Amino acid sequence: MTNELKAMTPKLTREPEGQDHVRGREPDGDTPVGKSTVKLQTADLNFYYGAFQALHNITLSVHERQITALIGPSGCGKSTFLRALNRISETIRHTRIDGRITLDGSDILKMDVTALRRRVGMVFQRPNPFPKSIFENVAYGVRVNGLPQGSSLKEVVEKSLHRAALWEEVKDKLHDSALALSGGQQQRLCIARALAVDPEVLLLDEPCSALDPIATAKIEDLLFNLKSQCTIVIVTHNMQQAARVAQETGFFLMGKLIEFDRTEVMFRKPTQKQTEDYITGRFG
Amino acid sequence: MATTPAALPDTRAKFIQRVRTGDPIAHTITGMAAASILAITGLLLYHLWAGSGLPRETFGWSFVTGSAWDPVAEKFGALPFIFGTVVTSIVALLVAVPVGLGAAIFLAELAPRRASDALTFMIELLAAVPSVIYGLLGIFLLVPFLQTSVVPALTATLGFLPIFQGQFLGVSIFSASMVLAIMIVPFIVSVSREVLLAVPQDQREAALALGSTRWESTWKVVVPYALRGILGSVFLALARALGETMAVTMVIGNKPQLSSSLLAPGYSIAAVIANEFAEASSQMHQQVLVELGLVLFALTVLINGAARLMIYSYKGAEK
Amino acid sequence: MTLSFRRRAVNALMLTLTGVCTTLVAGILLVILGYLAWNGATSLNLNFFTKLPAPVGEAGGGMANAILGSGKVLLVAMLLGVPIGFLGGVYLAEFGAGMFSGVVRYVTDLLNGVPSIVIGIFAYALVVQPMKRHSTFAGGVALGIMMIPIALRTTEEFLRAVPVSLREGAMALGASKSRTIFTIVIPAAKSGILSGLMLNLARVAGETAPLLFTAFGNTFWSPGWLNETATLPQMIYNYAISAYADQNRQAWAAGFVLLVLVLGVNAAARFAIGRTPARGRS
Repeated sequence: MTNELKAMTPKLTREPEGQDHVRGREPDGDTPVGKSTVKLQTADLNFYYGAFQALHNITLSVHERQITALIGPSGCGKSTFLRALNRISETIRHTRIDGRITLDGSDILKMDVTALRRRVGMVFQRPNPFPKSIFENVAYGVRVNGLPQGSSLKEVVEKSLHRAALWEEVKDKLHDSALALSGGQQQRLCIARALAVDPEVLLLDEPCSALDPIATAKIEDLLFNLKSQCTIVIVTHNMQQAARVAQETGFFLMGKLIEFDRTEVMFRKPTQKQTEDYITGRFG
Repeated sequence: MATTPAALPDTRAKFIQRVRTGDPIAHTITGMAAASILAITGLLLYHLWAGSGLPRETFGWSFVTGSAWDPVAEKFGALPFIFGTVVTSIVALLVAVPVGLGAAIFLAELAPRRASDALTFMIELLAAVPSVIYGLLGIFLLVPFLQTSVVPALTATLGFLPIFQGQFLGVSIFSASMVLAIMIVPFIVSVSREVLLAVPQDQREAALALGSTRWESTWKVVVPYALRGILGSVFLALARALGETMAVTMVIGNKPQLSSSLLAPGYSIAAVIANEFAEASSQMHQQVLVELGLVLFALTVLINGAARLMIYSYKGAEK
Repeated sequence: MTLSFRRRAVNALMLTLTGVCTTLVAGILLVILGYLAWNGATSLNLNFFTKLPAPVGEAGGGMANAILGSGKVLLVAMLLGVPIGFLGGVYLAEFGAGMFSGVVRYVTDLLNGVPSIVIGIFAYALVVQPMKRHSTFAGGVALGIMMIPIALRTTEEFLRAVPVSLREGAMALGASKSRTIFTIVIPAAKSGILSGLMLNLARVAGETAPLLFTAFGNTFWSPGWLNETATLPQMIYNYAISAYADQNRQAWAAGFVLLVLVLGVNAAARFAIGRTPARGRS
């Protein structure tokens, strides 16, 4: 069993593809689980679409400044879970959250939702840039939430584009339409847009599923560099991606959290049979 | 970046926060705009009702059946106008529906897509031509054309029918019907074409695979499938024809009479209101015209309602 | 198995007939344009645009007052009808749900189907009777009421067409719902809404019936907004049925100008929207 697993498990250390224009690469030194603080936590979270229960008693802790991946087959509830973390699920009618979700210990359901969303940003599955210029896209969140003290809008936009590894490609055409960019560039623009408001947590819902492998690699690189400043939660149906980028991984199945552990453990020695079945491709 | 407090324990503070985002204000203002439409329509109905109180009390239902029209002697009967309105609309439909449906079939089934789109664009522009311009062309182009070419041919062949007897002086129910037909045909073409295009391709393929000709598959399978939607377009066109004012009043002859011949002049509800309202000779006269407006309103609401039922039930079935 | 001759003949005949019908209908447009151009363009001269109507029987008059009158009436109509229709459309697309929205939609459709002459009666009772005078304002009210349903429907349709992903993108950045609507959704829909506005204006610009007893008509200039005024369609009507050849001639000219304006705006707006909307008028 373990040999089979070993054979199927991809390399777990992150190997950068090519050099990006980001300021240097961080060493692969993650803080081990026990010693890192909990940033985002759910306790007995249940989620309903009308009468249908999509999530059952999810209890999970996302640790600060790490990448946490959520994997599982289609329809298992991982996206639903992610969308509850910044309450964007509330834009759909007849949804109900039951249980606790806390950010730094405070209940997010009792918070003002627009304040929550400034602290917890989101990048969506398909790139969704606004039909505005590149500059205006990144500036939007800043205009809504206010400029931080001592910076100008231009500075914030430039910094965000750097963090999203997009600056070099767009610095000469900031006022061109965002829709003229390629798919991969648009997605990095959406990341820049989300970063412009300096969120503490960044949620990404299958951000690379609509992109080609090269664009995917660029985004994985930038996420890796980002994690030291920002807590990242990424939903992915690509197990290799989870193995590549995440320190901790959670496996969802039919609305339940089957297993949650450090990524190496999940992929080499999962404790649950269902996890092992999924990872070895017996279903999925 | 300064952070807002994580939790807002005070409900009052929460409310102020919500209001500052502008959501309740936007909700209220836009909601009030929507509600004002209800108010306006209600007011319209009220004025039609209140503004026709006198004749409704005086004449009651006999208003609808009477055929005398003598404002000076205060004798008012609506029948000639209802007759004219209904007859011109129905005759217009009898001409416009076959032609319109034929064109819709051609555009939906036979014409290549680009040509179909271009022709449809042109035909839909016709729907934008103002009524008064149809009237202008009616007086100077259509009526002389009917007089010289069409009516002589009609009376020569079908003159034995009572509807084509009597002298044709140009302005007449027939002329008004023809103008109306031209005005409503774009609606029939446009809507019918859309519903025909929406018929699933496999329906046609099934019919053709059974050995039907193109025409047979169209007429026996596609059109029946789309029938409810097509009927809806007919009702829409009818509602439009009933309310047409300018073009009709310019060619109908404006004579409040009932005649068995289409070639005789007549009158319609909309036309008499247009001609007599501004200079109504008494309060009763004016209120009678308002009552006619009420009758017209009721007619068009009924027909439009039927149209919508047809078109929406077609769309529902198709889903 | 070969098809019988009869079936083939019927097939060929009927299909040809449908082509004939199409030619007939499309041909009408060409006839209208051609005839108006022929009779109208030749009667157009500078006097038409600059002079007031001449006394009956005299030549050389124009329709300058009617052109201005139409402009003023349309301005009032736009100021009254567009905000209500637009904001109502925003409500239905963004906030509405449940019975109230359904009722609003139904009643708006109802209002749209009311014959324009009946709207004229309404505007008369609402404005002319209390004020005891005909006015540009009354005409504007009548046309404004006619603009509301189309403005509402167009706004709602184009707002709904803005993808949910754009809204979610904005809300995920902390924008409130109303902020998202006004800074993202409406700007994304603006070209469609503006084109719809053009179509709407073009439609009411050609309306005559509701103006007959609201704006009424005038052979002179109409100062301000509270006096009766001539409008282009109303002049066409009066001059078309007149016995004087010179006035008939001017009716052609006015008809040509009106048609070019209306069809021009229509064609341009529909091109901009990129499709031919079917049920926009009834």
